[in-house]
Amino acid sequence: MIHSLFLINCSGDIFLEKHWKSVVSQSVCDYFFEAQEKAADVENVPPVISTPHHYLISIYRDKLFFVSVIQTEVPPLFVIEFLHRVADTFQDYFGECSEAAIKDNVVIVYELLEEMLDNGFPLATESNILKELIKPPTILRSVVNSITGSSNVGDTLPTGQLSNIPWRRAGVKYTNNEAYFDVVEEIDAIIDKSGSTVFAEIQGVIDACIKLSGMPDLSLSFMNPRLLDDVSFHPCIRFKRWESERVLSFIPPDGNFRLISYRVSSQNLVAIPVYVKHSISFKENSSCGRFDITIGPKQNMGKTIEGITVTVHMPKVVLNMNLTPTQGSYTFDPVTKVLTWDVGKITPQKLPSLKGLINLQSGAPKPEENPSLNIQFKIQQLAISGLKVNRLDMYGEKYKPFKGVKYVTKAGKFQVRT
Amino acid sequence: MTSNSFAYNEHSGGGEATELGQEATSTISPSGAFGLFSSDLKKNEDLKQMLESNKDSAKLDAMKRIVGMIAKGKNASELFPAVVKNVASKNIEIKKLVYVYLVRYAEEQQDLALLSISTFQRALKDPNQLIRASALRVLSSIRVPIIVPIMMLAIKEASADLSPYVRKNAAHAIQKLYSLDPEQKEMLIEVIEKLLKDKSTLVAGSVVMAFEEVCPDRIDLIHKNYRKLCNLLVDVEEWGQVVIIHMLTRYARTQFVSPWKEDDGLEDHEKNFYESDEEKTDRKKRTYAMDPDHRLLIRNTKPLLQSRNAAVVMAVAQLYWHIAPKSEAGIISKSLVRLLRSNREVQYIVLQNIATMSIQRKGMFEPYLKSFYVRSTDPTMIKTLKLEILTNLANEANISTLLREFQTYVKSQDKQFAAATIQTIGRCATNILEVTDTCLNGLVCLLSNKDEIVVAESVVVIKKLLQMQPAQHGEIIKHMAKLLDSITVPVARASILWLIGENCERVPKIAPDVLRKMAKSFTTEDDLVKLQILNLGAKLYLTNSKQTKLLTQYILNLGKYDQNYDIRDRTRFIRQLIVPNEKSGALSKYAKKIFLAQKPAPVLESPFKDRDHFQLGTLSHILNTKANGYLELSDWPEVAPDPSVRNVEVIELAKERTPSGKAKKENPPKKFYSESEEEEDSSDSSSDSESESGSESGEQDEEGDSSGDSSEDSSSGSGSGSGSESAVNKRTAKRSSKTKEKGDSDDEEKENEKSETSESSSAESSSIEDSSSESESGSESESKSRKVTKEKEKNTKQDRNPVTKGVSLLDLDDFNPVPTPVVRPTTALSPSLIADLEGLNLSTSSSVISVSTPVFVPGKTHMLLHRMSGKGLAAHYLFSRQPCIFGSKMVSVQITLNNTTDRKIENIHIGEKKLPIGMEMHVFNPIESLEPEGSITVSVGIDFCDSTQTASFQLCTKDDCFSVNIQPPVGELLLPVTMSEKDFKKEQACLSALHLLSKPR
Repeated sequence: MIHSLFLINCSGDIFLEKHWKSVVSQSVCDYFFEAQEKAADVENVPPVISTPHHYLISIYRDKLFFVSVIQTEVPPLFVIEFLHRVADTFQDYFGECSEAAIKDNVVIVYELLEEMLDNGFPLATESNILKELIKPPTILRSVVNSITGSSNVGDTLPTGQLSNIPWRRAGVKYTNNEAYFDVVEEIDAIIDKSGSTVFAEIQGVIDACIKLSGMPDLSLSFMNPRLLDDVSFHPCIRFKRWESERVLSFIPPDGNFRLISYRVSSQNLVAIPVYVKHSISFKENSSCGRFDITIGPKQNMGKTIEGITVTVHMPKVVLNMNLTPTQGSYTFDPVTKVLTWDVGKITPQKLPSLKGLINLQSGAPKPEENPSLNIQFKIQQLAISGLKVNRLDMYGEKYKPFKGVKYVTKAGKFQVRT
Repeated sequence: MTSNSFAYNEHSGGGEATELGQEATSTISPSGAFGLFSSDLKKNEDLKQMLESNKDSAKLDAMKRIVGMIAKGKNASELFPAVVKNVASKNIEIKKLVYVYLVRYAEEQQDLALLSISTFQRALKDPNQLIRASALRVLSSIRVPIIVPIMMLAIKEASADLSPYVRKNAAHAIQKLYSLDPEQKEMLIEVIEKLLKDKSTLVAGSVVMAFEEVCPDRIDLIHKNYRKLCNLLVDVEEWGQVVIIHMLTRYARTQFVSPWKEDDGLEDHEKNFYESDEEKTDRKKRTYAMDPDHRLLIRNTKPLLQSRNAAVVMAVAQLYWHIAPKSEAGIISKSLVRLLRSNREVQYIVLQNIATMSIQRKGMFEPYLKSFYVRSTDPTMIKTLKLEILTNLANEANISTLLREFQTYVKSQDKQFAAATIQTIGRCATNILEVTDTCLNGLVCLLSNKDEIVVAESVVVIKKLLQMQPAQHGEIIKHMAKLLDSITVPVARASILWLIGENCERVPKIAPDVLRKMAKSFTTEDDLVKLQILNLGAKLYLTNSKQTKLLTQYILNLGKYDQNYDIRDRTRFIRQLIVPNEKSGALSKYAKKIFLAQKPAPVLESPFKDRDHFQLGTLSHILNTKANGYLELSDWPEVAPDPSVRNVEVIELAKERTPSGKAKKENPPKKFYSESEEEEDSSDSSSDSESESGSESGEQDEEGDSSGDSSEDSSSGSGSGSGSESAVNKRTAKRSSKTKEKGDSDDEEKENEKSETSESSSAESSSIEDSSSESESGSESESKSRKVTKEKEKNTKQDRNPVTKGVSLLDLDDFNPVPTPVVRPTTALSPSLIADLEGLNLSTSSSVISVSTPVFVPGKTHMLLHRMSGKGLAAHYLFSRQPCIFGSKMVSVQITLNNTTDRKIENIHIGEKKLPIGMEMHVFNPIESLEPEGSITVSVGIDFCDSTQTASFQLCTKDDCFSVNIQPPVGELLLPVTMSEKDFKKEQACLSALHLLSKPR
């Protein structure tokens, strides 16, 4: 399956290679560089590239390319998903998935890659198993290790590897037993010029942070489970229970994990919490244009909308922008032509607006389309779909855990066409 | 330099080796005179020393640096001898890093690598399973042909290891050995065969991977393991799931008949319907009945659509696409659309697959049309794919919305995407005739666009559209002729010229003028344009030679001396053809016909049109070429190969499956605690076997026994399928009820486990769909059987009643449905009594419908009230399939109440009933109290009015009321009857709708 892996940074240096079968020369990456050049934009590098002897499947994460070399037929998603899992593991171990972090921890990276894949087939990808085999680096541990000479490598097979529940290890102990759930909902929307909704959808996830001793068996129920239209589960969730009772019943992994992600059924109308008034115009035969946007709250269920950011990819002919915000601050990058306006909170009394002039390249034809506005926002303590957790019960352990649920609504891919 | 560092070493004696390393490197840098080469050499020298030191920390440090070198792709092979010595190190981290090194360089240094082999051989016997496994991993990874026999031996041994983890590694080693030495294939297949039988979920994925790599054509190895794999699938780790699903898709395509074919041989089918003997196989050809194994696969993969792993979801999606009945494949679209929220790589692959699917089955993705709307922030490759899908989904109903959406896209700053949109509009225009004119007008408007790429693309698309519509479009052509002055994109210019040439008779004034202009600029044009100028000239020469003769000759002269040989060639050809001279033969007479022939309109097709011959989700599909090692998906076989090959060992089962008249209908009670797949099998096959009227008496005893035993099944909620109903309702009932029952009862099973065993670990096994968990955890099954006996005792008390009533049946009229008051289906006597009656009936009168007992009753209980929502009171219900004592129209339902609390529950009764009009319900007598951990079975009768409406009522205790409801599957509403074949046909003739029902949907 996966033959080799190359890690390539943005400037095109191959800074790490790992082979699981015979060595494949670095020169195979030339095909990748060729494709990268053709694509112009990193986002447009095709994930699957065919070369005379190999196939290259790559992902782009955190300014790094993970390029895997394949020799025979394999489901491409298999490889892509695995590469993302590798990147996730690095993130998990080193706090960030960057070139510097990987170079600093090259030995751990190598040990991890060795454990994750055998002969190109995934062996252990569950983070809890890996952490028992190879301990994540911490300052304390490196000090201890240098004194005692103990190593970062476990010498017994992790219990999870053999059990029915590979995601949880045995013998977890906490003094404070806590279970927290974050219900995070994102609104994906396309709003057209006139302010009507072209497309809107709510996607949600429930992230959990579980610090419970022993083998707790949790069940989480909702007030209105019918809202959830399409759900994907962490493997720990018992599918049958969900099918029959709409209850999430599971033995949780230890620590942070994503319990479910879901989509709210499309029949429900999606409340759009903000509106944008905009007028962007470019004058014919003159090198300037006007820019004026105002943001206001709408259907926000009485909560404050905060963390508002507006990002606009201006047309290429825009040279510079002279704007005045009534609130927050803005930046315009003349190279990438990206305008970012950091608004902050909306106070209904005084709606934030951003007004001013656009300087265009003289002589160039005026752009025919106005740029679309990408909006980010956040509403605390609200799940926009109305989803509510009813109760959390714990079985199998005697102690009383501390439980908490937090709701957040965010803008996902929220785009306003102008 | 070297001596310097040696000296240092002597001074410090056993000094900190790490320092030494740093010291050495730092001393190198100032001495630039030695150059790069020597410094490299130098570095390795001190690494060697560190490796030879007797301190683990120094060795570890050296190994870490060496691994760093390997990671960067630097050559560290010369350190091989020094490194290989440490293979036996006690320090596990050093050992692991040495392994990493060995795997990387052993191939290059085969002789030296042999030194390490004995260490691995020793480690293979280590009591620690992790060490055994990693020794096998390295041993099999070092790719030294000489050790093939050793590897073979090690694999064989490991495949019998007690630890599933080691066996998993053995499965991986198989592939490695195979790629090293394909000669070993036969031996390896033996090992694969052995490992395929493995019941561990850990091994399953890896061994199937090995199977796919070594012997994908040996489909016969899968037969016996098919059901096991299907049942284990949910619990296999996600990567294994992907591999197994892909393999099973291929398997299913070779073993089952197509579920897609429509049944057309209705007549024949009718004739053979009831003949179970030889005709059975015959029948299969004509009417489609899905093989239960086929169904098993489809059913067991469904939950995986909910996986968080995109690859698993995609694998299930392609399985449904390739092997599920078309009506069921719809469920995958929702999950695939969900994946579109993922990162761009996943989106890219999923969109490609959706594009292929949406060509063939538009309806699947139509509800999700808006999910494919493009955002300005999407990468171009995603945008174009979405556009492709939108085009495929376009139809009369949604085209106006789509066109509005396309208008936005056309203005996009991403010009490549705007051009693709124009192409798309063109395709919509040709596919949907209603909007052709609208599209054309829209495109013409785009001709005045500022951006040249947009205009050029529009021109090309308009050209294609006009070609399709021979109607008059003189205006547009004139407009385009004007564009020639401004537009520079060669393709567009060529398109305009071609269009004018083609329609030169419709624009007689403009065409010669265009030619004149072109003649002027001929030399500066692109080759593509030049060819079209030549064509235009030729066409005009033929239609309007008076005005253009000289112009054309001028152009031909220019073309004659052009640099490009294509153009010279074309010029020569045209001149010979159109300019009459002595030499030109018969052809020139036809010149006009040749040039101005009616050209067929181009078909604007999706680039994904032909991709569907590749299995979806594969690399080959994405690349649209056959990748190495791509395994072709075979076509469905005409006739299904013998399904009995999938039966596992047990002989009776095999007998049951063979369609012989003497098929035994006994429920295999003995096997309840054994293999899950057998269980599955028996239930399926027994419902297949037809109930024979002739050989009744011989079988009744057995039935009596088996139904007695089957009480075990039912009360403990095992996996036995729907009972064998008699022929009339069999077909209709089976499908609808089974799936549902299955799911529910598993759940119920889980509940039992939970309430009875407080061990949370055993509760975990509930996610396993089959009962294999039971066989593993002994305590659980014990507790179950205890419960069974308890219930049995209770039943025997109730049973007396039915027996006496059963006797009185003899007096009743034959024509009436017999109200047999059987409370449990498990009574030892009554079924046989009734069966005796049947025998009587059949022998005396022929036109009689007599109620028969169900030969066995499914153990499926359904959840009525969960113990959590019922404050400790749990209730399950079961359709006993017995005639109801309360009324002939009623369906008898048994409700089992369980008290899971630690106190008494008092006064359990049925409260308010909310029944749909016409429905009736006979309640049970209030139960005064239910002891803690106690359970009681009561029976109620519900008249569902032959509908599947839900009966809602309240189950009340002293303190609380719980709303519950019962919804019957269709099959439970039917009365099991026995009738002779002749009668059946008679009845069947009156019931035309029955065929419709029994037809596959």
